[in-house]
Amino acid sequence: MSTEQGPLILVVDDYEDAREMYAEYLRFCGFRVAEARNGNEALEQAFTLMPDLILMDLSLPGMDGWEATRQLKADERTRQIPVVALTGHALAGASEGAKKAGCDSFVTKPCLPDDLVVEVRRMLSMARPA
Amino acid sequence: MTSLQARTLSRATMTAPDASRLELLEYYLVHNEDVAGCAQASLEWLGRFAGVKRSVCLAVDNDGGVLNGIGGYGVSSNDVDLFTWPLTDARDPLVAALAATGPVTFRPGRVNGHIGNVTPTTPLGAGPFTVIPLRGTQEGGEALGLLLLRSWTGSSADVSWLATVLGQKIEQIRGRGSLSEDVRKLRRERALFFTIINSVTDPILLTDTEGRLIVANARAEKLFAASEEESEGRRRAVELNNMLFSAALSRTAVESPAAARELLLVDPSDGSDLLFEVLSTTVEDPREGTGIVSVLRNITDLRRATEQIEENYQRLRVLEAAARAERDRLNLIIDSVADPIIVTDPIGETVLMNAPAEDLFTVAPEAPDSAERSVQSNDAHFSSFISGLLLGETGPGEIRRGEIGLVNPNSSEPIPVEAIAGKVLTESGELTAVVTILHDRREALERARLYEQLKLASDELQGRVQAATAELATQNELLRRQAIELEQASRLKSQFLANMSHEFRTPLNAILGYTHMLLQGVAGDLLPAVKRQLQRIDSNGKHLLTIINEILDITRIEAGKMPMQLSEFNLNELVPEVMAELDAVIARSKLTVTPHLSSEVPLVFSDRQKVKQIVVNLLSNALKFTHQGTIELTVQFEPVTRTASIVVTDTGIGIAPEHHERIFEDFRQVDDSPSRQYGGTGLGLAICRRLATALGGRITLHSTVGQGSSFTLTIPVEAPQ
Repeated sequence: MSTEQGPLILVVDDYEDAREMYAEYLRFCGFRVAEARNGNEALEQAFTLMPDLILMDLSLPGMDGWEATRQLKADERTRQIPVVALTGHALAGASEGAKKAGCDSFVTKPCLPDDLVVEVRRMLSMARPA
Repeated sequence: MTSLQARTLSRATMTAPDASRLELLEYYLVHNEDVAGCAQASLEWLGRFAGVKRSVCLAVDNDGGVLNGIGGYGVSSNDVDLFTWPLTDARDPLVAALAATGPVTFRPGRVNGHIGNVTPTTPLGAGPFTVIPLRGTQEGGEALGLLLLRSWTGSSADVSWLATVLGQKIEQIRGRGSLSEDVRKLRRERALFFTIINSVTDPILLTDTEGRLIVANARAEKLFAASEEESEGRRRAVELNNMLFSAALSRTAVESPAAARELLLVDPSDGSDLLFEVLSTTVEDPREGTGIVSVLRNITDLRRATEQIEENYQRLRVLEAAARAERDRLNLIIDSVADPIIVTDPIGETVLMNAPAEDLFTVAPEAPDSAERSVQSNDAHFSSFISGLLLGETGPGEIRRGEIGLVNPNSSEPIPVEAIAGKVLTESGELTAVVTILHDRREALERARLYEQLKLASDELQGRVQAATAELATQNELLRRQAIELEQASRLKSQFLANMSHEFRTPLNAILGYTHMLLQGVAGDLLPAVKRQLQRIDSNGKHLLTIINEILDITRIEAGKMPMQLSEFNLNELVPEVMAELDAVIARSKLTVTPHLSSEVPLVFSDRQKVKQIVVNLLSNALKFTHQGTIELTVQFEPVTRTASIVVTDTGIGIAPEHHERIFEDFRQVDDSPSRQYGGTGLGLAICRRLATALGGRITLHSTVGQGSSFTLTIPVEAPQ
């Protein structure tokens, strides 16, 4: 799946400024980036592109991040793709809900692009076969 | 004539010594007229020389047509004297024996071949005996008498000789005439005498002064005489009685001759004790000398009766004592009853009353007239009540109840009483007494009145309580609704704040992100002035984020959504971590921050992250408000309360006492003015105090303005679950 151009990251967020900000910074850092605005788009893109990692905002219109993650993790083809949850819900229980849905990691917004890249690189290094 | 007789007699065969036969014949000569004397002497001779132990001599009294006893040997002389046998029946064995030519032997049950004939009862007693007819010199003549012999050991010749000479002697004496009238009279009187004394049931004895028996009646003989034939036991009893009687007689003689004495004898027939009273009188007879007549009165039954009477008397006394005790106790009981009790007899007279009754129905002599009148009135009322009962006006169970208005004689105070009277009947239903108990009704009436009042008061109270309860219920309902509303409002507030902080963070995320990217040179190199301005945006954005986060923390704590994550950790390790977190600030401040760790503090079981958050907050405050000097972080342990503490001491500006509480309130700093010198939301200590409380601990403050402050976080070694 990997190319010489770097790993493919699918950024899922309904808030355009945040989505484009992360996408821009990831490209700046050498990643290929695809974008989705909601759960349905996220599933579509994931099955089409088979990204190396998915950044998933949980509060989404239509199909939310939790449901999208559950469907991705339930599918043979996409099960192994790491999902890093992004949420502004700092209230207790948010991270447990994300883990239950199948997210591999959890990042609370606000999250600086730099910090996000650190987490993305960490997850990719874990997902790559040794 | 006498010598001829002697010669004639001497012709008989002799086997006994001649001298003894001569002696007997000599006696015959001397007692020429005395048939009985000769007979007696003859029998004694037989006893002595012919071995005849018992013998009786009977003589025919033709005038009387009877056989009379004229002598006995070894038998009771009384029996001999009283023996009379009719000659009317020729078939009678004894009568037949008179006609026999020789000795006839009698055996019990079989008399002379006449089976069924009874052996004649003779003084010899039961048993076989031999009868020899006594005849005179006339041939073929009727026998003059009979010699009855029990048994002999000597020669039959001597017996025959004696029968011959005695027969001839009787004939000789009879020849001179029949028994004189005097003798016959004497015999009758003697027989009468014995009949008289034998008819007396008490034993009567005549004894000589040594106690030897001279005459005894039949009853006395039973006690004091026994033949050899009788049983051993009976003979012993008789012997014992004789000894006892002699002893009693001699005592009587010594002590007082005419006195009555008690004498205990043995009944020879059954061995039982017999108690006699002995009345002895000494009689002087010129011929016979001194004798003692004793009459024994059997007092065995009398004594028994006396003892019985004594016993009954004692029992009676015991019963009487018991009855007296019972009566005393009854009196005590009656007197101890507080209610008046009166006992009246069937005609209405008072028999008994207890002390409370006396107070109502008796009056002291010195009492005033009013008391006298009261008592009379009481009497009248009571009498009327009792007469009602006596006239038959009783209720069921022979009980009459009634109310009487009495008056207290001392105070003239009216006393309404309830009288309860019961009839006391004998077993036969006869009236013996009436018992009346008077019960003072004042107390009951007063109680009823009080009860009524109490009931009124109680009802009123109950009404009030019901009203109050209803009011309370209304209030409670109101409060409950308010509580629900408040809770809803609080929840809405928390929800609102949580949502708001989320909404704040979404744009803030973009602001901080793009600022960061610009500073990172994503958009190319920046002019120094632009870079400085971007840094201002960045720091203010971060401050805003801190404020938002702190508001979120407060919201979480208040909503109870701050979960505790308890674990075991070392406070000594936590302190350097806190210092490391604030390393950049410490380095900028140029202050000396010194940790003082404790070797005693144990591992604590608490929420590590929250303890750390508090200490970070306290240290950052100290750094913020201290311009020069030192900051010390001290770990302590208090074994008694099992609490650990971390003390953050600074040499900063200090806090005035009036602000010590205020600084822990939400959004507070000492300087609240908009132009305040120090930054921060003013939420830090408020959050710290809430967290400390949640961990079961507290935060305390010691501070002096201008010298510094000392904040102490104290937590239990084990946090409450």
